[in-house]
Amino acid sequence: MAAAVDESAGPPATYPKPPDRYRTFTAFVSWAAPASLILIVAVLFLQARPAISKFGLGFLVGREWNPVTLIFGALPAIFGTVVTSAIAIAIALPVGIAVAVVLAEPGARGIRAAMGIGIELLAAIPSVVYGIWALYVLAPWSLLHLEIPITEHLGFIGFLSGPPGQSSLFTASLVLAIMILPTLTAVTRDVIRAVPRGLRESTVALGATWWETVWHVLLPAARAGIFGATILAVGRALAETIAVTMVIGNRFEIPHSIFSPAYTLASVIANEFNEATGDLYPAALVELGLVLILVTLTVNVVALLLVRSAQARVTI
Amino acid sequence: MTRNAWRRYSSATALAVMYALTGLALVPLGLVLWFAASKGLPAVIHPEFFFNSERPTGVTGGGVANAIVGTGIMVGMASLAAIPVGVLSGIYLAEYGVSRWASWVRLASDVLVGAPSIALGLFAYAVVVVPQRHFSALSASLALAILMLPVVIRTTESAVVLIPRGLRESGLALGLPRWRVSLQLILPAAAPGVITGALLAVARAAGETAPVLFTGFGNPIFSLDPTQAIASLPLVVFRDALTPYKDLQQVAWGAALVLVVMVLIINLGSRWVLRRQIRLAGQL
Repeated sequence: MAAAVDESAGPPATYPKPPDRYRTFTAFVSWAAPASLILIVAVLFLQARPAISKFGLGFLVGREWNPVTLIFGALPAIFGTVVTSAIAIAIALPVGIAVAVVLAEPGARGIRAAMGIGIELLAAIPSVVYGIWALYVLAPWSLLHLEIPITEHLGFIGFLSGPPGQSSLFTASLVLAIMILPTLTAVTRDVIRAVPRGLRESTVALGATWWETVWHVLLPAARAGIFGATILAVGRALAETIAVTMVIGNRFEIPHSIFSPAYTLASVIANEFNEATGDLYPAALVELGLVLILVTLTVNVVALLLVRSAQARVTI
Repeated sequence: MTRNAWRRYSSATALAVMYALTGLALVPLGLVLWFAASKGLPAVIHPEFFFNSERPTGVTGGGVANAIVGTGIMVGMASLAAIPVGVLSGIYLAEYGVSRWASWVRLASDVLVGAPSIALGLFAYAVVVVPQRHFSALSASLALAILMLPVVIRTTESAVVLIPRGLRESGLALGLPRWRVSLQLILPAAAPGVITGALLAVARAAGETAPVLFTGFGNPIFSLDPTQAIASLPLVVFRDALTPYKDLQQVAWGAALVLVVMVLIINLGSRWVLRRQIRLAGQL
């Protein structure tokens, strides 16, 4: 019979794999995260189109925000977002690295474990709770003990001049610094822990003190990762909305001093979107959101790639 | 001072400074907890705070029952969407994590965690509120579901990865199909980690204000209707804190305390469960 199996041929080199339908199904479901990312950007772009076609790139450098004459420019909000994030990172970075170094010490016993839990809880507190606390506790305190002394003694420097106010760019930056600290710390700690044990041990074996090990070996080895962590924290700071909205003072202009009220991209949207009528006004607000999300996405992708490559490079 | 004494001395000083900075970093946590407790307690000790709805300023006996229920409805609906999708995606990442597509999903969910939550609100507004022509709990749930999704994905992945290969291989050796091995063997073994991940996502969603600002919108009246505007706890804190009325500010502090207590319980509880999970997985 022709159909008889040819026994002499032996088994084929590779067997065809049966289809793994479970894999296909879960892979299909896992589209959800990338798809929502793409959809969000696409929908915001469509909604912002009236403003994009009216103002073009001039939107990014316009200084006027006037819902009555329908002239919209985003520069003061972009300025406020960038400056609050920059001040926040300048405050949080030294503290964050110190905390990460302490938490990355091998073993987690007693007080250090408790500190680690505390820092993680800092990330869990809702942003609106930071907002109400900053509004009623931090802002009055910072006015009395930071802003007034600084403007009195250093007021001759332009951006430190008075008059100080409770709601200011500076207060918003302080809250942001507290809120981004856990991100900064957690990622930096992981990067420092990823530094090979042998490196630390050989430094100690050469007679280096604890500080010499940290300063000359651990931190330089973790440099790229710490840079990534910093950028990741910047991304968090740029995106933060509610706590900043409650203390920044909500004035749409480029302030002459960090103690003046200002605005950020996210807080303009939070304050004005519900009252925006017509076509152009909401579209301009959505365009602010589009600018914000595109910037934070870029910042996050860059940071994540940096952190990943830093953690993957285990050998020195 | 000899050179070595100086080295030891400076090392000890640096160590002390680092610990001091760590302590300094914890001061805001202590202050936030202290002020939430001390300023929120006068509102929370009245039982009607939990049973009455919001009332305008000057009317006594106002509470946040409408906001608690509203937050519950919105987060509940968001969980129904985000948790199954997130868990399946997480399983995919854990079981087939080496593929190129998996690394894209991982990057996308890590980026989504950092996406501005206000942009999620704008998205839900455009997709649900505009066609429907009014605010609704449903639209807020969409925004919150997107917010929760990446958290569920990544915690599920790390919980499932912890399960030893032996369990999977023995299931496959017995001739079970892959989906049964995954859903009936691996997932139950990883359940504590998966559940705590879901709870952390719930805690995060319940505390978010920006996504519900122009979707749930807030509603001073007790409402259970998912197609209508609905109140939420973070919105009560946000709006009442910014009013000049002392009684409404008191309600805001009370609502903030409720949020803080919820977040603390979920976070500390999940740490405990996770630690047990890691120990149990080691014994498998």
